[in-house]
Amino acid sequence: MTAISFQSVSKTFSGARGAFKALDGISFDIQEGEFFGLLGPNGAGKTTLISILAGLMQASSGRIQVHGLDVQTQAAQVRKILGVVPQELVFDPFFTVREALKFQSGYFGITRNDAWLDELLECLGLADKADSNMRQLSGGMKRRVLVAQALVHKPPVIVLDEPTAGVDVELRQTLWQFIARLNREGHTVLLTTHYLEESEALCARIAMLKNGRVVALDNTSDLLKNASSNVLRFKLDEQLPPELAAQARVTGRIVQFPAHDAAQIEHYLAALRQAGLVAQDVEIRKADLEDVFLDVMGAAK
Amino acid sequence: MTGWQALFYKEVLRFWKVSAQTIAAPVLTALLYMLIFGHLLEGRITVYDSVGYTAFLVPGLVMMSLLQNAFANSSSSMVQSKMMGNLVFILLTPLGHWSWFAAYVLAAVVRGMAVGLGVLLVTVWFAPLTVMWPVWILVFALLGAAMLGTLGLIAGLWADKFDQMSTFQNFLITPMTFLSGVFYSIHSLPPFWQQVSHLNPFFYMIDGFRYGFFGVSDVSPWLSLGLVGGAYVLVAALALHLLRIGYKIRG
Repeated sequence: MTAISFQSVSKTFSGARGAFKALDGISFDIQEGEFFGLLGPNGAGKTTLISILAGLMQASSGRIQVHGLDVQTQAAQVRKILGVVPQELVFDPFFTVREALKFQSGYFGITRNDAWLDELLECLGLADKADSNMRQLSGGMKRRVLVAQALVHKPPVIVLDEPTAGVDVELRQTLWQFIARLNREGHTVLLTTHYLEESEALCARIAMLKNGRVVALDNTSDLLKNASSNVLRFKLDEQLPPELAAQARVTGRIVQFPAHDAAQIEHYLAALRQAGLVAQDVEIRKADLEDVFLDVMGAAK
Repeated sequence: MTGWQALFYKEVLRFWKVSAQTIAAPVLTALLYMLIFGHLLEGRITVYDSVGYTAFLVPGLVMMSLLQNAFANSSSSMVQSKMMGNLVFILLTPLGHWSWFAAYVLAAVVRGMAVGLGVLLVTVWFAPLTVMWPVWILVFALLGAAMLGTLGLIAGLWADKFDQMSTFQNFLITPMTFLSGVFYSIHSLPPFWQQVSHLNPFFYMIDGFRYGFFGVSDVSPWLSLGLVGGAYVLVAALALHLLRIGYKIRG
């Protein structure tokens, strides 16, 4: 069964400097039980799409269904199915962590769910902060509470909008273990993230967004297969000649060439030798999602 | 507990946790008014033949504090949640516009009634209290608090920033409550200003409320009830409409 169905979703914002099309005919489906990644650079439209899904915003055209229910006309039913972790680090300064969770449960008409709230606190490493005021928590702790608040009603579909932006390594580990467990137990997960490594490790399928359009949509393994399979990586103190630089990805001293086979790698190394350049720390690695991402984003220019 | 009750309870707990600010402070302000105006003007102004000035002042101060605090509760809660972004926690729930309306307005009524009761308790020592019609007192207290709580909700939805909110409060709510006959009977005003006062909806709330204490008023309590009740239906319909379309809270 389809968990989330995006059907030609478009969104145009009218501002002082004219209309801006944030989403341009987004269509794809996410199946029940999937762990799905939504990737894209800043301004690609990820958060706009999530906001329309969550009913925080209306689409200009098209529609979204969750478990076959329309997010606009059947909003109340849809919100019981969805658990959304917002991107902004928001909190209510009047209450403790446990109060925030109890109120959030209450809004869904749920009481006496202390066992589940305790489990959430435990799994997200918040047990010793349960009675602390929200104001006293660090940014990372507040982020954990956001995740817990989204899960109070055990939503079948979990939506995380960049939940690990600016968060320490420990939380990322805790969070992913827990979300992966929920996914194994049958919850559908839709994740937007900047950390490509995370989506590669967790998401079975990925959609890439750019300028409000879907520019890639495939199984993570197929996306990786279709891209150049290897990357030649080394460090260089000098400048690359322009004809080589055009094919490379340069980050400071680090130079990376996408390559399909050994012959191509040999070709690059020979070109370096001819230019009289000395490559240091040479390595050949498997292409990862970041390479695919940059390929796709480059091609979609 | 159903959803709207959880939201109502949250809204009550929100002001209760800072009750020094939200209840004790306005009670103290009313006490100062009582000390100064009551002391200065007792014996110099006669409002109704049978009622001393200080006794006249008590219900006015109670109602003024009740109205202002009911307004402050829903408006500040809404603006603060919008600005801090935590309104999203409610926006993501299945709560509909009737639930939002009931929770915000009833919490404002509770705050208004708590402050009103506090003011009554500290000012009642200054003058003998008469209670002629307790039902009128209760009806106008509840209706007035609901009216201002609803206006506060509308203002909170409309305002994007705290300074817009304080404009609303300082230039509309405060003048209208002060000029509604809290400190004087409008019969002591020149005819022109009497006419103007009749256009102020707050006048009817305070006049009707006062009738409950003394059994005398500037206009009939039934007229006041009709006007305030009618106005409330319109204000409530507007608030419900804004909540239903997600005015300024859903893009």
